Amino acid sequence: MHEMGIANSILEAVRAESARYPGSRPVKVGVRLGELAAIDPDSLRFCFEALVAGSDLDGLVLEIEETRRKHHCRECGTDFVVTQFNFECPQCHALSRDCIAGDELELSYVEVEEDEPVALGTQNS
Amino acid sequence: MNRLPLERKILSENDRVAAALRERFLHQGVLCVNLISSPGSGKTTLLERTLSAFAVTGRAAVLTGDLQTENDAERLRKFGLPVKQITTGGTCHLDARMIERHLEDWRLENLDYLFIENVGNLVCPASYDLGEAAKIVVLSVTEGEDKPLKYPSIFFKAELLVLNKVDLLPYVPFDIEDAIDNARMVHPGLEVIRVSSLTGHGLSEWSAWLKQRRSALLKSTAETVA
Repeated sequence: MHEMGIANSILEAVRAESARYPGSRPVKVGVRLGELAAIDPDSLRFCFEALVAGSDLDGLVLEIEETRRKHHCRECGTDFVVTQFNFECPQCHALSRDCIAGDELELSYVEVEEDEPVALGTQNS
Repeated sequence: MNRLPLERKILSENDRVAAALRERFLHQGVLCVNLISSPGSGKTTLLERTLSAFAVTGRAAVLTGDLQTENDAERLRKFGLPVKQITTGGTCHLDARMIERHLEDWRLENLDYLFIENVGNLVCPASYDLGEAAKIVVLSVTEGEDKPLKYPSIFFKAELLVLNKVDLLPYVPFDIEDAIDNARMVHPGLEVIRVSSLTGHGLSEWSAWLKQRRSALLKSTAETVA
């Protein structure tokens, strides 16, 4: 439901980041969404595309990496993916309460392209 | 093509404002809690009962969020404590800037407790840090006991589950143990308080929880100052 706001925050971050690299334009942005982040990837893509179309960032591509819930086992140190709320460590079978991943709502990268250099010969005199 | 790493939260701007609010609450010794639930789970009635208990000291306040109307604020104002309605227009959650803006003309040093009643919604408010000491999820027994499994995010992030309207348990097919098991599947060890705002059941436990959390906050305030 709030994917539009999230999409907008992504675009603001991309604008801020690409402003640091004059002479280039952003073409792709990568985000990480955890399964506990309460964000629907399809809805986010829809909102993102709607906002990007016709804007200064027209053509910007969104890449979503969906991440799973992971727990850390204090007994044996194993990190494992939790499926169906099963918190039992696959190595030593202890129960783990320590969630270490799965609620990400993060930016991971921006890809930029150098603007085409304006060749002197093609300029109108 | 040049890939630039950009490791930060998507809501980093919200988080920055929230961190500044948290710092102010800590400095002033104000326990701020963020109540989140579906519409109709009884957040406002719980707050009415809570404010009537705090009216004696006069050191509690409420920010209450809805899409439209001043109705909730009007219900809560009768206790003579500071109450402000945040009408979001169409937005489905409160964000840290709304809290910051609505606190502008309040003196935090006159408060011990600040209650934020979020927009009725089990999904979106989970994503936004408001600078609170704890998110509290309210679930009423007229909802399904599988809500924690259907909406895991907020049950994962909350530090307390208030199971509300327990006076209705004889009349509804709600398995309270099952609901608690589901919540603890999502969030092992989640604290639970069973409350009826109507009969008063569990309200002393609720108020003890708040007092205990505020003592813990004051301890960290003292450590920060020292």
